[in-house]
Amino acid sequence: MIYLEFFLSFLKIGAFTLGGGYAMIPLIRKEVVEKKKWIDDEEFLNMLALSQSVPGVMAVNAAFFVGYKLKGAKGAFCTILGSILPSFVIILLIAAVFTRYRHLPQIEAIFKGIRPAVVALIAAPLWNMARAAGMMKTDKHKYTNRQIIVSWLLLALPIASALLIWLCNISPIWIIIITIVSALAIVEFRKRRSKL
Amino acid sequence: MMYLYLFLSFFKIGLFGFGGGYAILSLIQYETERYGWLTQQEFADMVAISQTTPGPIGINAATYVGYNVTGTVLGSALTTFALILPSLILMFALCNLYFKIKDNVYMVGVMQGLRYIVVGLIAAAALLLMTPENFIDIFSYALFFLVFIGTLFFKINPILLIISSGAVGYVMYYICQ
Repeated sequence: MIYLEFFLSFLKIGAFTLGGGYAMIPLIRKEVVEKKKWIDDEEFLNMLALSQSVPGVMAVNAAFFVGYKLKGAKGAFCTILGSILPSFVIILLIAAVFTRYRHLPQIEAIFKGIRPAVVALIAAPLWNMARAAGMMKTDKHKYTNRQIIVSWLLLALPIASALLIWLCNISPIWIIIITIVSALAIVEFRKRRSKL
Repeated sequence: MMYLYLFLSFFKIGLFGFGGGYAILSLIQYETERYGWLTQQEFADMVAISQTTPGPIGINAATYVGYNVTGTVLGSALTTFALILPSLILMFALCNLYFKIKDNVYMVGVMQGLRYIVVGLIAAAALLLMTPENFIDIFSYALFFLVFIGTLFFKINPILLIISSGAVGYVMYYICQ
């Protein structure tokens, strides 16, 4: 009953990982590479690269890859269902209860404390994310002055997008589309220039 | 009609949701505000719930919004399905050529460009949440500051931080009032 195994493995991954996508990677690896040996480490890395290049929820993309690779559409159906079912059921229960009781003064008080915390949780990783993306370089031994200056100038991109969304109410989707088109144009331009 | 709009919105979010959970949240924030499905306050509550429950944040958020807007399980199933549909189509199409994708110069260029932009998207989500409804008094700013420091410098578990902030809120805004 490989299908049931698919479903249960991903059900476990979905039910026991808190904090979303990236927190799931080690658990997925342990389950599908180490325990079940459905794919090997090299394939696992390919799976990560692919599920991160495709938009959408990374864990679901990863579930698709494993299920589809081993047993086609039926396999993918089982792994995906397993990975989303815990979230779906738990959130439904909470949403049903929460919409009924959210106006109780006790619940209101709790969420008055939580709301600013949520904003901080969203804002805090920005610094590290920017550095991970190759912005704000400081190491003078590793990079040339030009690379350091460019890496700081690149900050203009996220700052401009944040301001456009925040102040001009522009949809993030437009910003993503413009980024994709410009990136393609830049790659094409570089390719042609290097041929000359 | 409501169901159609929900489907189209979440399909769009799934199609352009690059860069992980928080980046998807910023798209959900824009769409739910545009249609008046959630206020910034309700959005913050939804993020807190999605963060403290298991599973991918995008799925949690989609399920929550679907239920909140329609009040039905069907609404939840629809938004969740719409969110994952575009990536499933793309994964299906790309699975057979995945070895080529990884090193494709165009793909690498696009992914690098998106990595810069996603930082801005998430910053915008935080800025949009800084409303007087979410920051009601000086204690809100104090909590914001403490959680910010706790996450960035002390790497305290976000779930623990949410639960403690809830406890502080309960004491401050219920017991003391």
